[in-house]
Amino acid sequence: MSSLSLAYLMPALPEIFMALSGLGLLVVGVFLGNGGTRTISWSVAVSFAVAALLLLGLDWDRIETFNGMFVLDRFTGFMKLFVLVGLITSVMISVRFLYQVQIARFEYPVLMLFAGLGMMIMISANNMLVLYMGLELQSLALYVLAAFRRDQNRAAEAGIKYFILGALASGMLLFGTSMIYGYTGSIDFDVIGQTLANNPVADTGLIVGLVFVLVSMAFKVSAVPFHMWTPDVYEGAPTSVTAFFAIVPKLAAMAILVRVLYGPFMSISADWQQIIWFMAAASLIVSSFAGLAQKNIKRLMAYSSIGNMGYALIGVAAGTQVGVGAVVLYMIIYMIMTAGVFSVILMMRRNGIGAEDIEDLSGLSTNSPLLAAALAILLFSMAGIPPMAGFFGKLLIFNAAVSAGMFNLAVLGVLASVVAAFYYLRIIKVMYFDEAVDPFDQQIAFSKRAVLLLSVLFITLFILKPDALIATSMSAAAALFTG
Amino acid sequence: MLEVGLSHYLVLAGLLFTIGVFGIFLNRKNVIIILMSIELMLLSVNINFVAFSSFLHDMTGQVFAMFILTVAAAEAAIGLAILVVFFRNRGSIAVEDISELKG
Repeated sequence: MSSLSLAYLMPALPEIFMALSGLGLLVVGVFLGNGGTRTISWSVAVSFAVAALLLLGLDWDRIETFNGMFVLDRFTGFMKLFVLVGLITSVMISVRFLYQVQIARFEYPVLMLFAGLGMMIMISANNMLVLYMGLELQSLALYVLAAFRRDQNRAAEAGIKYFILGALASGMLLFGTSMIYGYTGSIDFDVIGQTLANNPVADTGLIVGLVFVLVSMAFKVSAVPFHMWTPDVYEGAPTSVTAFFAIVPKLAAMAILVRVLYGPFMSISADWQQIIWFMAAASLIVSSFAGLAQKNIKRLMAYSSIGNMGYALIGVAAGTQVGVGAVVLYMIIYMIMTAGVFSVILMMRRNGIGAEDIEDLSGLSTNSPLLAAALAILLFSMAGIPPMAGFFGKLLIFNAAVSAGMFNLAVLGVLASVVAAFYYLRIIKVMYFDEAVDPFDQQIAFSKRAVLLLSVLFITLFILKPDALIATSMSAAAALFTG
Repeated sequence: MLEVGLSHYLVLAGLLFTIGVFGIFLNRKNVIIILMSIELMLLSVNINFVAFSSFLHDMTGQVFAMFILTVAAAEAAIGLAILVVFFRNRGSIAVEDISELKG
């Protein structure tokens, strides 16, 4: 394949399109000024949709390009598709909010576009350098977004905390990469994998490198003990940014974690399984107990996301194809539930001021019964109560853990979900049985209603046809095991 | 006469990296020092990469080092920008003043 032929660029077409539209929209934004924020936001959403269509138009059989640095296969294609869905959702639910809190500046949607581009590149990386560049493009955009409400102390503090710990994580990733490079002589995933497969006993230096890389990924998926930034950043950042953080980057980070572990490091799975095992168990325990004491709903969602990452890590620790399939399905269901919950949190405004406490939901069932019912369904699903979709995600994860012989992890997961159910059900109790307070503002953007409706429909109707999505997740996972 | 080999470079890089990590966690004074520690971590990784590159007779490590230098510059710019935003709100860049969010 000649390096200039179109076929060489094709597998990266969605990314190339996103990069070009990001640059173009930046120029348009400068001409329109901040008054054009709405236009730019919807253009960014359309760009994501076009990128998703381009991705769907490509052939998803494994193909490498850019000298083997970039890969497209069923797994990366499927994960990138859902990252794009999450990105569209996050743009949709944040447009009105930007105007409400007076941060409607046109850079906001463009930064989301670049963060999304970074995630797409990261998921498709087949080389440590591409992984690093994608991760940094994503992180640098996210640091700015966290501090976007720059007249507010809390947002600036969230930005600083996220920046320092994020930079620490990328330093760890680089140190790990340098050790892996030194001991295998390559940064290419395929070559690393082959070198490791030929030497059954891995060098200590290599294990050190793997541990450092794992630590940095744990920062990005916010697994305990590297979770300490999550609650502060979720609470301090503007709510639309929190929604974005909870919906999309987790999915991308989990995808690349799975690709790194099940690609180059598959032959030393016994070494990393213990680490993932520990992180999964710690995330489950810490999140379910710390969540009990929370009053702020954004902070509660941070602990909820840490817990959900714990469940996903159980599937990663299993080390089997069923485990990866369960992780894919779990992350997708988590993303859709979180999008619904955050569209409700963004609707919680009283006299133009955002309400963030769980107490603010008191008596929501009398003021707006439909909203309360929708939130209740989402929270039941998060707690893993059948017949909601969240139950099936957990079921598959536990199934994978049991079939891999990790009984204690499965038992721990069930116990943690019982404890976590308390704080989800407490919100439902507050909504339905507590004294009603002033109603929320009734003007709700159509896009938020649409996201909430679609999310609730997915959660409730999943049981009618669960096989379709489960089979697709499993075939996406199979792509990692054929190579 | 002592021959300076790969292991010396690795030890140096490891020490610098450790100093960087400790600088982030033990420093109680000033956020600028944290930014310097981050820079120290990234540069120590560069020493690692270049040492391995020379040892393996392979250019990849040096290319990687160039990329790290570029990204480190972008990262420092964003870090300082966020720090300016924080200073405008709080009037201080002491580490102990980054304390409004907790629980």
